[in-house]
Parts: sequence; C-alpha cells; structure tokens
Amino acid sequence: MAKVLMKGNEAIGEAAIRAGCLNYFAYPITPQSEVAEYLSRRMGEVDGVFLQGESEVAVSYMIFGAAGAGARVFTTSSSPGISLMSEAMSYIAAAQCPAVFVNIMRGGPGLGGILPSQGDYFQATKSVGHGDFRLLVMAPASVQEAVEMTMQAFPLAEKYRNPVMILGDGLIGQMMEPVEFPDHLKVEPVDNSSWATSGMDHRGSKTRNLVKSLFLDPAALNNNNLVLKAKYERMQREEVRWETYNGDGDYDALIVSYGTMSRVCRTAIDNMQAEGLTVAMLRPQTLFPFPEQAVYEAATREQCRVVISVEMSMGQMVEDVQRSVKGHRPVQWYGKCGGEVPTPEEIVEVVTESLAAN
Amino acid sequence: MQSEIMFAGFGGQGILLSGKLLALAAMEEGAEVCWIPSYGPEMRGGTAYCTVVIGDRPIGSPIIRNPRHLIAMNRPSLEKFAPVVKPEGVILVNSSLIPIDSGRDDVDELKVPTVEIARELGNVRCANIVALAAFVARTQVVKLENLRECVKTEFARKPKVIPVNMEAIEAGVKAAGGIP
Repeated sequence: MAKVLMKGNEAIGEAAIRAGCLNYFAYPITPQSEVAEYLSRRMGEVDGVFLQGESEVAVSYMIFGAAGAGARVFTTSSSPGISLMSEAMSYIAAAQCPAVFVNIMRGGPGLGGILPSQGDYFQATKSVGHGDFRLLVMAPASVQEAVEMTMQAFPLAEKYRNPVMILGDGLIGQMMEPVEFPDHLKVEPVDNSSWATSGMDHRGSKTRNLVKSLFLDPAALNNNNLVLKAKYERMQREEVRWETYNGDGDYDALIVSYGTMSRVCRTAIDNMQAEGLTVAMLRPQTLFPFPEQAVYEAATREQCRVVISVEMSMGQMVEDVQRSVKGHRPVQWYGKCGGEVPTPEEIVEVVTESLAAN
Repeated sequence: MQSEIMFAGFGGQGILLSGKLLALAAMEEGAEVCWIPSYGPEMRGGTAYCTVVIGDRPIGSPIIRNPRHLIAMNRPSLEKFAPVVKPEGVILVNSSLIPIDSGRDDVDELKVPTVEIARELGNVRCANIVALAAFVARTQVVKLENLRECVKTEFARKPKVIPVNMEAIEAGVKAAGGIP
C-alpha cells in the first residue's frame, strides 16, 4: 500500500481495525479525540462497533465485559481519562483478559493541560491500578511506529491475556506523518474456549467459564498472583525492545529517551556530532519490560562517562535508568513538562555541562 | 538538509490545510515530512498555526522554534513569528490584511494581496492556495505540478472547487513574479 499522510490518532484507529479489532469504546478527551472521531465513521464501514460511553469509567468496564466474552477490543484516552480507567485495568489484569489501552499523554497532574507530556510513565509502568499487576507498555516515537505497535499490541495482549498499553504523548497523536499500513493481520481466531465467557452452547461445552477477580481464599489469591508474576517475567525475557542511535562506535555520553522526546534528542545528537562531540542514545520501545540489560551495557561502554535520562516529566524513567546502570556511571535527569518540550539546544547544553563536571 | 515552513493566521483561513497540502506534495516527492499543528486551547476566530518539516532523512525534533520560512496570513502572526524566522528565509506577508512589513532585512519578504487576488477569481476562500502557490513558486520547496495534483486529490470530493483552486495556483505563481 502507498504511503498516506495521517494524524497519529487516526492512524492508531486504522491500525486497530487492520489488527482485526472491531470493538471500540471511548470517551473524548484532548489530545486523543481524533481516534474516536475517526472510528465513529470507520467502524461503521467495517461492520465494527463504536460506542461512546457516558464516562471513562463506563468505557473501561465495557472493555472488561467485551474482553471477558472473548472479543478483541480496545480504547483510547488521555491522562485524566486513563486514571479513571485504571480501576478496570486492575480487574482485567486480575481476571486475565486481553485488552489494549492507548494513552495519548497530556500534562498533569490533575486536569493539567492539553499539551504533550510524558508524566504518566510511573502510572503506566509501575502501578496503573491497585494490586500486583503490570501492563506491557509500548512507546512509539513516530506515527509509523504508532501504527506498528498498535497492530502488535493485540496479539501480545492475547498471548499474555493481559492489558497492553500504547503510551504516546500528545504530539504522537496530533502530528501528521507519512505512514504505510501493513496488510490486515490474518486474524486467526484465538482459542479462548478455556476461559472466555462466550456461552456454553456457543463453545459446545458443558463446563462454565468464569471471569473474575475476587479470590477470597488467600492461597488462591496468592496463586493467581504467582500466575501473573510468571507472565510478567516472561515479558521481561521475550518482549524487551529498544533502539540505539549513534551508538556503534565510542561515545562520551549516553542519552536515554523515548517517544517524541527521543526525536528531539536525535536532533541534539546530530548537532553535537557536527561539533565533534559523540553522544549516543538508547530509546526504549517497551517501557515495561524496560531494557535494563541494554541500558547497562550501553552505559558501561569504556568511554561513556555519564548517562542522562531526558523526559517530558519531572524525572520518572530516570529511576529505571539508575536501576539499570547499578551505580556504574553517574545518572542524571533533564526534562520539562506541562507541554514545554526541551529543545535540542537545551539538551546540548545539559550534555556539555554534564561532561565538563564528570 | 531540512526545511521548516510555518503557516500562521486566523482560524478559518485554511492554515492547517495549506500546511497539509505542502506536506502531501513533499511526501509525493519522496521526502520525509512531518506536519505539526498548534493544538493549544484556542477559541473560534483565534490564531491557528502549523509547521511543516521537510527533510531528506527522518525528521528529528518536531518542535521548531526557528522555522526557515513563514507564511503569515494575519498581522498578529507576522508580529509574533517574523522575529524567529531563520536569516535568508522567505516571509510571505498577506498584504491584504497586514499593513506592516516583517521588520527584517535579512529575509526574502514576499508581499501577496491574497484576498484581492482570490476575490478576483471569484472565491475568496482560495486565498490560502494563492499564498501557498506564491510561496512554492518563490522557494521551489516542492514542484508546482505536484502541488496541483495534491490540491486536486484533496478536493476530489468537491470537484466544483478544483478549477478555481487551479486558477489560484496560477495567480499565486504570478504574484510571486513567476518561477525563477
């Protein structure tokens, strides 16, 4: 298929359809409303379902219900809306149902603002809701990558029977870039007969499936948590993804950055290279599982003197970077938030000062 | 090599569409492109602007503080953005609505009375296309032929407006003094 020029939000909607997801529930919020706008028209063309819920809370439980019944389903929202959905995500993870959530982040906390931010890193990777569970979190840095990750998110959610989150910032949703859509996924029906509440007659089964998150017996609850833990450990073995930039040879400093922020860093790195200063970047594409080993190896290259986590937040991913580097190199943070995006010039200044001090 | 073009004006002047058309034309030529809108809280009739980045390698930072060129469709836009345009860039001034100059002597200032030209063509709403064509003629950032094709494709569902927009392109080129 030829390239088309599309907004990130619209491209995510189209990607979901091409991944065989024909069930979409949503509630509008800037800067992701174009997903709902696009799918309100497009879902009708493909005999899919678009339903605008009365609130994010309602939407999130529609997702739970559809996922529990074995349907491929997703929703999109932005930071405050994701907070409202987080309770249901905990239930969905506990009940081991597959679903995809897209968070096009805006500045926070509270209602915050509508401009791009990466302030939901902790929420997405550490504790989106209550209890012991994780989301598999993917962070696109371009509209094309948003498409690819959205399409991969559904099979991953089904592989793990766990919610997957696409974590983009407002710019990923709002900007237009050329995209090429992969063909429709061959949507093999997933065998969910062992757990989905799709109807005993429908399944031709005499046993009842039960989707639930209540385990009053402590041993049973402990066991459920062990099952979840094993899945998250498997994600850490099998799903870690990252990309490096300018990191083939020796470099004096390593930047760790993701999403739109990593693109600004790329420009800063090019500018520094032109001045004779070699800086590399590692861009995590999955935030959970975090590329710990890759960050460690990139940070501890002989010539690398300092590691800088550049984020559109007040310093969240930097904690994962510190954890990965294990004290072998100084790790610092630089960032802005609320819709302010660090400029290439600021990043050059920060790197230069840091190298002078270390 | 990278070029950044900022389009700015009132909401309703076709600012975002002009940017999209330029991005489409550049994409058709195989360039890397990125179209970034301003999506801050704005009211109807407020300012609208977008930036189009065209390059020969993947676009890095989508946040552009200093664009190479500016198409200013109203006075507040010119006053706000003229000072940040890179030296030697083109500043297109919509002289129908802007009675002042850019105040820069290190740029190529191109004054085009887009509204009068569009009105003469019989459709004032194609003033943005007049401006875009004049800009493209002056900068050669994309081929005019590609721009024509993109305008036709964009308006495919409203074929009635295609002829006047084709005329708007020719008039814009003429206003820019033709193709250098």
